[in-house]
Amino acid sequence: MTASAPPLTRSASNLNSYVARNAKALAGLGVVVVALIVAYRWDGTQTTAVMARTVREAAPLILAALCGLVGERSGIINIGIEGQLLLSAFCGFMVGSYSGSIILAVVAALAVAGLAGTFLAWTSIRLRMDQIIAGTVINIFAIGATSFFYVPNRTMATIPTVSLGFLSDVPLVGPMLFDHGPLTYAALVAVAVVHVALFETRWGLRTRAVGEHPSAADTVGVDIFRLRYLNLTLAGMLAGLGGMALIQSAGVFNRGMSNGKGFIALAVMLIGRYRPTGVLAAALLFGFFNALQAQLQFKQVFDIPPQFFGMIPFVLTIAVLAIAGISVRPPAAVGKHYEKE
Amino acid sequence: MPLLAVAFGLIVGAVLIVVSGDNPLVAYRAMLEGSLGGSDAIGRTLEKATPLVLGGLAVAFAFKAGLFNIGGQGQLLLGAAFSAWVGFNFDLPAVIHIPAALIVGGLAAAILGGLAGLLKATRGVHEVISTIMLNFVAANFTEWMVSRDGPWKDPEGGAIARTPLVQDSADLPRIAGLPTGFLVAVLAAVSIWWLVNRSTLGFEVKTVGSNPKAAAYAGISVTRIIVITMGISAFLAGLGGAIQTLGVNGRFEPGFQTGLGFDGITIALLARTNALAVIPAALLIGAMDAGSTLMQARTNVEPEVINVIQAMILFFVAAPSVVRWILQLSEAEDVDTGVDLATGWGTT
Repeated sequence: MTASAPPLTRSASNLNSYVARNAKALAGLGVVVVALIVAYRWDGTQTTAVMARTVREAAPLILAALCGLVGERSGIINIGIEGQLLLSAFCGFMVGSYSGSIILAVVAALAVAGLAGTFLAWTSIRLRMDQIIAGTVINIFAIGATSFFYVPNRTMATIPTVSLGFLSDVPLVGPMLFDHGPLTYAALVAVAVVHVALFETRWGLRTRAVGEHPSAADTVGVDIFRLRYLNLTLAGMLAGLGGMALIQSAGVFNRGMSNGKGFIALAVMLIGRYRPTGVLAAALLFGFFNALQAQLQFKQVFDIPPQFFGMIPFVLTIAVLAIAGISVRPPAAVGKHYEKE
Repeated sequence: MPLLAVAFGLIVGAVLIVVSGDNPLVAYRAMLEGSLGGSDAIGRTLEKATPLVLGGLAVAFAFKAGLFNIGGQGQLLLGAAFSAWVGFNFDLPAVIHIPAALIVGGLAAAILGGLAGLLKATRGVHEVISTIMLNFVAANFTEWMVSRDGPWKDPEGGAIARTPLVQDSADLPRIAGLPTGFLVAVLAAVSIWWLVNRSTLGFEVKTVGSNPKAAAYAGISVTRIIVITMGISAFLAGLGGAIQTLGVNGRFEPGFQTGLGFDGITIALLARTNALAVIPAALLIGAMDAGSTLMQARTNVEPEVINVIQAMILFFVAAPSVVRWILQLSEAEDVDTGVDLATGWGTT
């Protein structure tokens, strides 16, 4: 009896401290669940439609915001996400369109966005270029290059949605979580992967150290520059998946189709306070406002001009932030060049 | 060094033009002719450069306080729409009408920017978030104002969403062949340069930018400075939209000049946030813009190639070591790249 007692108490206190640490988030989650149940009882079809769309709209934002998050956690600001989305959507589309292979399309998207990430790391580390400038270079280049090589009237095969068996038949939750295109699942999985990697692995500890206190990390033998190259490249690949998520359902590429999503992703990252779970929540919130707006407009529930519906997600996001008074503390070393001793 | 950067940018562009099967020399000749060949072309360049000067100033000035105003696009739209309203709705003598329309346009934008500043200073809402969000709000709002049910809709426009043409008295004239708007933009650049480098307010702005805690300790109201800086920054962007409306377009149509707010970032960075250097930077981009139409007409080169060239110019300007490496120049003293924009990121 006595032998088994300590582990029991420890796990109990672990649970307690977990609840204590995440009290607000858990309370928020509870409210959301209750609200969803109430909404579903009130109007099941609409609620399901809105929530499924919420997740779908959130996916590219999640991936793009995680790209920014991994970069900044490693100490490098990435305002070139918009360009990475555009480049990867374009390259993925072109490769997919000419080769007919979705796998090749994804590979191309990951490669080009990853390369842009490597470029960002290189300009910062080797050239000591200002990171805001480097990100802007990526953005302008992406607008120019994707328009310059744009071929009108091409299409590619759409990426089919994947229903996860019986799970997708569960009311509300099924359409919401288990009946999506593969890149939407990728976004949800990426949140979990980045969260665990960042907070539970040696890589994560090192990454956070490099972002917060590079000289300390250097002292204990972390190769700061190598880690930044690696992380920015991997982060770019997340944005590459985000670019594919933009084209997965429609199968077309339009000029400038990222349409500010890379910048909205920056906002999502900041609202999520540089945490993957926070990014998930913020992106879902934004996706929800968007989905709600689309549904209200589609159903013509109110006689309000469409432009006012169009404003809803943006106005509500600002209002939520202003009321919650969320202030963000970026990683301490972000944006600074590191000098090796 | 900046000239070398431009040259390298053009070389990269030439490679793209060759890849697409055209002759870069013919293309660049057309671009040059379309931007500088004759007074019409020069006028076009100046017209294109005007909102770029103001958009660049907007970003550059906000950077001085460590603020990143990505809201130039929305602010420009508000400035354009409100100046058009003053322009078509009132009957005034030109000496009053033109300044009134410009100022109302600028102020409408300034309110939007000031709001972002207020949210930042009092509620800690990051200006990057708020200005991005407000871009979309402003785009929707101005679109509605001139849409089917909107109050500023042109009754003669049929299905087209736009305002009526502004009155002749609000039309920005040309002075000695020069677009007046460009002169206003130059005046704004000089004023901002003076404000930043010679005035008390400018000193306070820079102090807040370099160290907000020290600024507060020294008795500067950081809240006030943030709101004022964002307001002035947005005013400049709005003025750019207003000049474009009164001097070039003659009316407001939704969604015009998409992406212009982001060009402002490029120009501010090219100019290393120096208000006077914004003018040549904007002229360069404006000339390319003006020349790209003729280039496309003569060679079928997509005008977007200039975006690639601009990206490369910005890259080479910010990376003098690459230029030196390509030319195998000796590692002379490491030129200070001038600005430390990235460190202003996320400070509250």
